[in-house]
Amino acid sequence: MNRNVLLASCLSLMTMAGAAHAEYLVGIAGPMTGQYASAGDQIREGAQQAVADINAKGGVLGQKIKLVIGDDACDPKQAVSVANTMVDKGIVFMHGHWCSSSTIPASDVYNEAQIPMATVSTNPKVTSRGLKNIFRIMGSDDQQGTVGGTYLATHFKGKKIAVIDDKSAYGQGLADETAKALKAHGVTPALRDSITAGEKDYSSLISKLKADGISVMAYGGYHTEVALILRQAQQAGLKLTVMGGDTMTNSELVTAAGPASNNVLFTFAPDPRKNPEAAAVVKEFRDAKIEPEGYVMYAYAAMQLFAEAAKQAGSVKYAPLQHALATGDFNTVIGKLAFDAHGNDKSPGFVVYQWHNGKYDTVK
Amino acid sequence: MAQAIQQLINGLTLGAVYGLIAIGYTMVYGIIGMINFAHGDIYMVGAFIAVTSFTLLAAFGVSSVPFALLAVLVVAIAFTSVYGWAVERIAYRPLRASNRLAPLISAIGMSIFLENMVQVTQGARIKPIRPILTGGINLFTQGTFTVRLFETQILIIVTTVALMAGFTWLITRTSFGRQQRACEQDQVVTKVLGYNVDRIISVTFMIGAGLAAVAGVMVTVYYGVVDFFIGFVVGIKAFTAAVLGGIGSLPGAMLGGLIIGLVESFWAAYLSAEYKDVASFAILILVLMFRPTGLLGRPEVEKV
Repeated sequence: MNRNVLLASCLSLMTMAGAAHAEYLVGIAGPMTGQYASAGDQIREGAQQAVADINAKGGVLGQKIKLVIGDDACDPKQAVSVANTMVDKGIVFMHGHWCSSSTIPASDVYNEAQIPMATVSTNPKVTSRGLKNIFRIMGSDDQQGTVGGTYLATHFKGKKIAVIDDKSAYGQGLADETAKALKAHGVTPALRDSITAGEKDYSSLISKLKADGISVMAYGGYHTEVALILRQAQQAGLKLTVMGGDTMTNSELVTAAGPASNNVLFTFAPDPRKNPEAAAVVKEFRDAKIEPEGYVMYAYAAMQLFAEAAKQAGSVKYAPLQHALATGDFNTVIGKLAFDAHGNDKSPGFVVYQWHNGKYDTVK
Repeated sequence: MAQAIQQLINGLTLGAVYGLIAIGYTMVYGIIGMINFAHGDIYMVGAFIAVTSFTLLAAFGVSSVPFALLAVLVVAIAFTSVYGWAVERIAYRPLRASNRLAPLISAIGMSIFLENMVQVTQGARIKPIRPILTGGINLFTQGTFTVRLFETQILIIVTTVALMAGFTWLITRTSFGRQQRACEQDQVVTKVLGYNVDRIISVTFMIGAGLAAVAGVMVTVYYGVVDFFIGFVVGIKAFTAAVLGGIGSLPGAMLGGLIIGLVESFWAAYLSAEYKDVASFAILILVLMFRPTGLLGRPEVEKV
């Protein structure tokens, strides 16, 4: 009896594996649920559109590609089990994960299974562990922390600056790098502290900032907390300027914080929506009622990266695909991508943006 | 000094919210001896109903703030109590006779279900509302620091005090309160005396959910932002408050909530926001070491 069950499951596994080869499976993973699920939405929307477009143009090496969506909820443990499931399903390329704390453990699984991956996670550790399969299509926190910190040190001379993070791998990494950049310019942070993400009440932190006369906050973390902090600061009569990282691109910040969001500065790669070569794709998204903000275009670019690399390699097997990714140049909607020996984007570049009445734009 | 008073106000407000939610945990524990881990998510559902009703009222052009608040409170309490009733009926009643772990796991399952249901139906994005009460009183100024008491903070503290008073009256003076206390002592005897135990437990769940809905409305008005995940952290804090005050004790839940709110505020203000949760949980551990039943809890008498 037991043997029959085993046999049957083996057979069904084999047929599943057989079916999988009729098309190439490409994985995406991120927080599809959980408190950062809106970023997951962006990744999914971007990747789905890209896959539809690539398939409409004949697919990759004559095969259609199919998306496998994994939900890690930004939980490192769940990320590893998602990675195992992805490997099990036989994906040939991975875009993800999103939270650095998920990407780092999951990438070990993909590395062992020899699956190349493109990620937007910005923690320096993501690419500094010598893994050959990982390629980052965005800059890293040391780069964006330096840009943000330098901006604060030069534009807010003489103001007291607090450096706050949310204890996540991403937030803490970014805040540390920002503090380092501030110190390099002779500015000592007036306060270095951490908050608990997911809470709603930050009034005690705000009263403390107010009492210490701090009006500028460099923040490492996600937009949801910044929105609450700003709203509560405004209520408490504290005009607070915030310098954040790439996560502040989310327009939820504006809906939640209201006009106070005009005081948010952040670092992000040059806006892919302004890339003239991306105009057609941007229009496609807007026609589908999706604003290609934040990570939407990055997910789209990751799929393009896979399609182009597979074309250059002439295969989706690990060795040639990895070689193509490591050595090639790729045209994507976020611009030209090429990677250094660690898998970092060679010319990421960060620019300082500011929200203004619901839109963000670069500031000098 | 000025900051200390501001932090006191902040802490009391936060503590009042924790206390309101903690009552839901403590009541259910008092009556059927189980921890309703879905309670934090019931609070989240209450907050969502509040956001929906505020938006609807605004769409109909209701501009009177007191009327809007009252209407939203009534709607939120009504709908959320139905949730409370349904959760008990579906997830706990069928398991009441089984061992103690089964309803606990069922509660955790219910919590995950509610979170995901709201995420799927309402979307993962945060839902903001326009500020409703924006005013406040400047109490006094010291140096450059002005101590402010917001209208929302007054609303939260006054509502909490009123509810606590009403609640104490309900438990100690009414016939239903007597039935509840009887149920707490011995369900079988209560049944023998001719009371409908199932009904008492159902109503208890509905009251707990109603209080969570009040907390949900207050938080929506105070912070202005709601997402499907807010029940988790607050739920854990409120549960801690209930245990700290002595689970099963109503004044204990309120006291526990206030202590945690104040500790968090002052710790974040004078020591480090990074370790404020460590501080609250350290206090919990200390209290449980020296008073295992919590601050106001009665020692459990083994029933023979």
